[in-house]
Amino acid sequence: MRGESLQISDLHVWRGEAHILHGVGIEIAPGKVTALLGRNGVGKTTTLLAIMGLLRSEGSIRFGDTELVGMATHRVARQGIAYVPEDREVFTTLSVAENLRLSERAGAEHRYDLVYELFPDLAVRKEQAAGTLSGGQQQMLALGRALLDETSMLLIDEPTKGLAPIVIDDVVEALQRVRGETTVLLVEQNLAVARRLATDAVVLDEGAVVYSGDLETLASDPALTGRYLGVEVR
Amino acid sequence: MSSFVLNTASGLGLAGLYFLLASGLSLIFGLMNVLNLAHGAFFAVGGYSAWIVMDRMDGIPLGLRFVIAVLAAALSGAIVGVAVERGLIKRLYGLHVEQILLTIGLGTAMVALMGGWFSYDPRLMAQPAWFGQTTTFLGANIPNNRLLVLVLAVLALVVLLAFLRRTRHGLIIRAGVENPGMVRALGVDVDRSFTIVFAIGGMLAGIGGSLATVYFNGISPGLGTTQLIFAFIVVVIGGLGSVSGTAIAATLVALTQVYVNNYVGTGLGSISVVVLLAVVLLVRPQGLLGRQVL
Repeated sequence: MRGESLQISDLHVWRGEAHILHGVGIEIAPGKVTALLGRNGVGKTTTLLAIMGLLRSEGSIRFGDTELVGMATHRVARQGIAYVPEDREVFTTLSVAENLRLSERAGAEHRYDLVYELFPDLAVRKEQAAGTLSGGQQQMLALGRALLDETSMLLIDEPTKGLAPIVIDDVVEALQRVRGETTVLLVEQNLAVARRLATDAVVLDEGAVVYSGDLETLASDPALTGRYLGVEVR
Repeated sequence: MSSFVLNTASGLGLAGLYFLLASGLSLIFGLMNVLNLAHGAFFAVGGYSAWIVMDRMDGIPLGLRFVIAVLAAALSGAIVGVAVERGLIKRLYGLHVEQILLTIGLGTAMVALMGGWFSYDPRLMAQPAWFGQTTTFLGANIPNNRLLVLVLAVLALVVLLAFLRRTRHGLIIRAGVENPGMVRALGVDVDRSFTIVFAIGGMLAGIGGSLATVYFNGISPGLGTTQLIFAFIVVVIGGLGSVSGTAIAATLVALTQVYVNNYVGTGLGSISVVVLLAVVLLVRPQGLLGRQVL
């Protein structure tokens, strides 16, 4: 599987009464890794939640030939879209093995060997309750859950947030291993991490797209990174 | 000593009834955030189903007839649970005030319907002779019907835990109690589990109703509604969505009620249970086991 294309056009999303995304348009080619960047609160996580059908949306989200707006979340996931949320959201009362078993999809090949090879910590903690894992191990489990079955798209929200540098390396290396197998939309505040993984970038500001193109072009232009991301790149 | 053993046996029998009523209530609230105030009526439906079988199937020996009565109570409870969830509550997920109004109205209507059908007078149920006999244990003559309720409630607990622990549906329910949105994001149709949980809740309440008819030696339309308040106390003390917590809390509540009634003052048992609830809420507001299903 090499991934599917994603075409978002004129997307409006609300969280409660708040109108968060104002006509967002994003195009991602199959198999590409695209970083979704922007300051805090500009709508990056909201975009991923809208794709998963977890928020009220209007507009269009086309995944291959399938329209996702209005589709129930479990049906979106069954299109082959795996989601790794910002706060990991592992099931804390379930064991590591049970968390992984829950993400098995009918008819798919379950790649336990791959998951345990990428994250050996999970292999030795299969029976441990996920709530007792460290933050880094919980992130590995959240990623393992998404990688267990082959997917057409991965939506990953801040996979390195709050992790120690050594764990960040493990997470990045795991994602580099599966890069090219599937389309990836990656929300990442850490621009250095985004550069190790993504080739393209989309930048959001106040609920709208303000940059769409090559990540290196963006990252190497201090004026652009300063304006859109509030960071200085040396 | 023998009166203490007898009171303990009675308390454990009552705990079995509370568990059967409260465990479904707890799972339904834990997974769907639905406070099912009609759950007491499910209990009475089970009781009347058992009563009908015992009253009408004359040709079958009483022992076998009772087995059929319990199965009929379980089935009718499950059917009512599924019908209520699919037909009514499904449209109101997330609308808590509407759910409360609906389930209060439904519970009241079901009690009135059963009152109109069977009358409000308690109906005595034919029972195998063994139920009325006693078994001597540590010097106390314990009524067999108390033992029966206790054994069947423990059996229901064991089967329920095995279902939750060993089946995929059980796994989905345990995860769904914690985070239903994330379960959906993994491609799982949680709505189907909602129906299964209502069926399980209705089935347990139905079995509870049939055993309550034995325990209280009769059935009336308001039986479940009377017990519902204690079931809610059990659910809150045990932790919303926790089956093991419900079992522990049911035992605590029932034993407290029986001991206080017998050793402190008749009628004070119910008040003591409310005090127990207040203490748990002050010390451990999430309940004994929180939102941990098993």
